[in-house]
Order: sequence, then structure tokens, then C-alpha cells
Amino acid sequence: MSKAHRMPAKEALAAVHAARGARDVVITTMATSRDWMTMPQHALDVVFVPSAMGHATSLGLGLALAQPDRRIIVCNGDGSMLMNLGSLVSIVGAGAAAARLVVLVFDNGVYEVTGAQPTPSSGNTDFAAIARGAGFDRVFEFDDLDTWRRHAGDVLAGDGPTFAWLKVAPVLGIPGPRSPGPAAERARRFADALRS
Amino acid sequence: MTELPVNGPISGERIAELLDELGVTHVVTVPDSTIGIWQPAIEARGSTQIVRVCREGETWQVAAGLYLGGARPMVMIQCTGLFESGDALRNVLHDWKLPIFAVIGYRSYLNQDTLPGDTCLVFTEPVLDAWKVDYKLITKPEEERVIADHYAACQAAKKPGAVVIAEGKA
Repeated sequence: MSKAHRMPAKEALAAVHAARGARDVVITTMATSRDWMTMPQHALDVVFVPSAMGHATSLGLGLALAQPDRRIIVCNGDGSMLMNLGSLVSIVGAGAAAARLVVLVFDNGVYEVTGAQPTPSSGNTDFAAIARGAGFDRVFEFDDLDTWRRHAGDVLAGDGPTFAWLKVAPVLGIPGPRSPGPAAERARRFADALRS
Repeated sequence: MTELPVNGPISGERIAELLDELGVTHVVTVPDSTIGIWQPAIEARGSTQIVRVCREGETWQVAAGLYLGGARPMVMIQCTGLFESGDALRNVLHDWKLPIFAVIGYRSYLNQDTLPGDTCLVFTEPVLDAWKVDYKLITKPEEERVIADHYAACQAAKKPGAVVIAEGKA
């Protein structure tokens, strides 16, 4: 993937912020958490910091199964996705109950929050093919910001489960995300917001 | 030690009844040869949904999402999967402090005399202690109520817990 065909990561994430519905849950992790926290926050945001490595998709699957009428959007990184590729099979295996789960992979080819070391993939992995191979029917890929902005609403809105591969540029020299507060308290507030 | 029936101390039907009684909505699992044979009975009863995942680390995070979403999940894995899933367990139980309960198969526990040397026997309980999981060990069929009692106690205290079920030959 050439650098010329990568979107600015924060702007690509901002398109998700603009397109998410008021009842949608958005889970961010690692670099997407860092950038998401610079945008206006919502009671149904899950800033997955601290996290378990690669498990944002699994957390999203659980939420999707518990709340099948609600859209669950997971903003994952490529490094995180590579750590838990099996979760894509688990998501598809869950069947119709996970139909409103959306996995977005922001692929910058590096472990950005640890200093931008290359992932084993180094940008050569075809995440769309992996998603299709896992059984996803709704699979998209974008490397142009204007195109992504135009289509983000439709990508998030359809019934799937849905997978979108977003090719973004790494952001160098910026620290990783800090926890926005005690996780247990945030978990309680989030669960309350889901019930309200 | 009381001899246990082949494939575990408790039947699938009894486990399904217990899960129903406890209000467990989802079992998130990677099977082994003991806990796996419970699946048909759980599905037949219909009150608890089985969520099959590819790797044990997923079980804790899927259960976390289910719990936050208002469900009452239970993790069901073998001790080997417990070893695999440490980071996920740590995050769910100790960072986010979610009271997720697990049933964990204890590989080779009943084979200690005839097939010694399985390191599951060395590490299972120390690992649970290291992760600060309040667990109870079941080695006899008549101890099945321990699952219900310990689950209820942990849920009432809003803390995680586990029941470790001895596995091996009868």
C-alpha cells in the first residue's frame, strides 16, 4: 500500500464520529481511542483503555449479542486485528444476532502507540480478503477520504455483520491514549446509558 | 476419592438445569472433552445460548460485552484455555472489575495416580490464585450444588469467581 493511498487517520475517524447514530455504541482502542477522545464524547462511547490486546472486536461481539437492536461500531487497528483474527470467525458464527456489528480496521501498517514499529503485515495483508474468508458478506475498503466520507453512513447503516478496511497514514511521535478515568466507573456509566 | 462417570462428574442435563436456575443467558465457550459434551443438553433446554469462539481469550471479552449489555454470561473453558487467556481475564476482572464467572475444566486431575506429569496439575490452581480468582474445586458428582452456590455468592458480592471441575478418566 503506497503512502499516497492512505487517508489521514484522524479525519477518517471523524467521518465515523459524524455518521454514528445517537443510539449507536462506538468502541475505540489504541490509536483510535487517542484520536476519538479529542472529539465530542457520547454516553455510548467505550474508550477501551485500558484494554486487553486485540480484544475490542470480542467486546463488541458481546455487546452486539446482548443488544441486537443496537448498532455496535468497533474502531480497531490493524495490529489489534492481527492479534485476534479468530474473532472475525466468532462474529460470523454468532449469526443474525450480530448483524448490527460493524468492524472498522484503521490500517496504518504499524504498531503506532508503541513507536510505529512495523506489524508482521507491514501493509501487505489483504484484510478484506480475510474478512470475506471469515464469512463476512458486507466488506468494504477505502483509501480515499472523500469517498469514505460519502459512504460512511451507508457502511454503518446496513445489516451485516459489516467489515470495512480503512487504509490510513500512521501518525508518528504522538503518545498513545491515556485512560480517561477509572474503568470500573466508566463501565457502570456506560451500562446505565445503555438502559436509559 | 469417589469415582466419577466418564466424561465428567455432572451430566449435560443437570448443567443445563443449573444454568437455567441461575438465569445464565449465555455460555461463552471453547470446549474440551468434558465440558463440550454438555452443549447438546444446554441447547436442547433452550434457556441459555451458547456462544462459540475461536480462542479462550475471546471468552472473557465477549462475556464482558454481554454483561455490560445487560445479559448474564458465564465463561466455560478448560484450564489450558485459562493459561492462554490471561491478559483478557486481567483486563475484564481487574481493570474493568466486571463480575464474570467461569466454569473451568481441570485437565488430568483424576489421572494423577495413573498418568502423572501433566503440568496442568502444577499450574492450574496457582494461576487462579495469581489472577486473584475466588474459585471452588469440584471433584465429586454430589458437589454439583457448589456451582450454583458459588455463582450466587459471587454475583451477590459483585465479584468474579470460578468453579474448577476435575477431569480425567473415571
